[in-house]
Amino acid sequence: MTATDSLLAVSLSGVRKSFGDKTVLDRVDLEIRRGEFVVLLGPSGTGKTTLLRLLLGQERPDDGEILVPRQRTVVYQEPRLVPSKRALSNVVLGQPRTRQVTEDGRRALDEVDLADKHRAWPATLSGGEAQRVALARALVREPELLLLDEPFAALDALTRLRMQDLVGELVARHRPAVLLVTHDVDEAVRLADRVLVLRDGRFTRDLGIDLPRPRDRTDPATLRHRTTLLAELGVRSNPSEESHVRHD
Amino acid sequence: MSTETSTEVRRVAVPGPARTAGSDLVRPVYRGTGRRSRRRSVPLRFSVPLLLIAVWWLGSATGWFSAQVLPGPPKVWSAFTELLQTGQLADYTLVSLQRAAAGVALGVAVGLVFGVLSGLTALGEELIDATMQINRAIPFLALVPLFIAWFGIDEKFKVLLIAVATVAPMYAYTYLGVRNVDRKLLEAARSFGLRGARLVFGTVLPTALPSLLMALRICLSISITGLIAAEQVGTREGIGYLVSLAQEYNRTDYMVLCVVLYAVLGLLFDAAVRVLERFAMPWRAGVAAR
Repeated sequence: MTATDSLLAVSLSGVRKSFGDKTVLDRVDLEIRRGEFVVLLGPSGTGKTTLLRLLLGQERPDDGEILVPRQRTVVYQEPRLVPSKRALSNVVLGQPRTRQVTEDGRRALDEVDLADKHRAWPATLSGGEAQRVALARALVREPELLLLDEPFAALDALTRLRMQDLVGELVARHRPAVLLVTHDVDEAVRLADRVLVLRDGRFTRDLGIDLPRPRDRTDPATLRHRTTLLAELGVRSNPSEESHVRHD
Repeated sequence: MSTETSTEVRRVAVPGPARTAGSDLVRPVYRGTGRRSRRRSVPLRFSVPLLLIAVWWLGSATGWFSAQVLPGPPKVWSAFTELLQTGQLADYTLVSLQRAAAGVALGVAVGLVFGVLSGLTALGEELIDATMQINRAIPFLALVPLFIAWFGIDEKFKVLLIAVATVAPMYAYTYLGVRNVDRKLLEAARSFGLRGARLVFGTVLPTALPSLLMALRICLSISITGLIAAEQVGTREGIGYLVSLAQEYNRTDYMVLCVVLYAVLGLLFDAAVRVLERFAMPWRAGVAAR
């Protein structure tokens, strides 16, 4: 894997995008290596999602060059499942319905622990289940680039933690390059190889996180990264809270 | 056959060892051409109707269409200016518009009230819906002789016929619009104490407005059909009367003029509602897929 790791999955140079007179991306450069898990962090409305949409080709840059792999998939904040298709059909959406594809779809559902729900209608699934179907749909195509647009934001706290672990596991197994957009610092520190902070149209921080997985959120190294990132986002962490967590 | 396709798809999907460089990265393909310029959109929109008129003109000028079957645009235009000069056209249009307005107002009001009641409450749906479906199933043209027998041949019959013709589509679209209002939104509004008229006017109707305006457009075009049927009898004025007049004297130029007039009238109604749509829903401005 190390040989291919050095190869790029995403390359952006001088990308600019503005809406009206608001410049959300101001000549941004970015390279993501194959298999690298990059988390894009930033306050709301800073253009995180715009960057992701640019990579998907759902938005057109005003200027600059964008290079992405052919095979890229996405999980949005909402599941965005087709209500008239059952879970399995949603997973293999847009693919010819061959035996092989069906088999792959079932395996993907199995991977997200929904093997028994393959005939369920999306409306009957819980929020976490629906989001897992969306994740299976994104993974079944074996993407070279997996784009995650705040996929855990609408989930309850416990489901979110479980989903984060699941994504971490599945990404470790399938090794796509990942760009995860979030504003949750803990999520970033838990999952990322590298955290980028986007503010005022530019990356103000590019922080490599070289910690073993699964990561312990009470580990001092993890906490240090957390404090750094919070400071970068303009949030002063509360020392008493920190010490409380440390002694927990 | 099908398994072959599948292996091919998979070969593309799975990153293989054959990839040696980052050169297989691609630029994203953008859907559509981005912003469409108005300079191209407007001429395109008018091109097909203009083409049809050109064919019509050319066909009649070269004698391709006999003048008895389809008079050319110049003849229709002169029929138009003739009616305009005598003042008949303005009078007829005004009278017809008044009838249509009264009929549509009545039909839309009844359809709106029934649609809201039926869409919002189970009791309303049980009481109203079946009857409205029956009404919808009856072609309103079948009611013409009966309505003449009941209401005579003067204004009352004409207005009521248009009202009956428009009540069914207004009801159906209102019902649909109200049913499609997000249940969760209604739940929230109710939990904050909104009831009755305040709930309907403050939350339900604004949310259902796109459907209601669509219904209005359909009602207005149906009203023209109603006019033609209603103005065949008991009147010496109106654009429906004009078409029966043309038939009586076998004046094809007047017949074609009537067709053109209905088309123009329909387009004007539509444009009016579109303008209304634009200004009545400021909250819909700049909606984008996010």
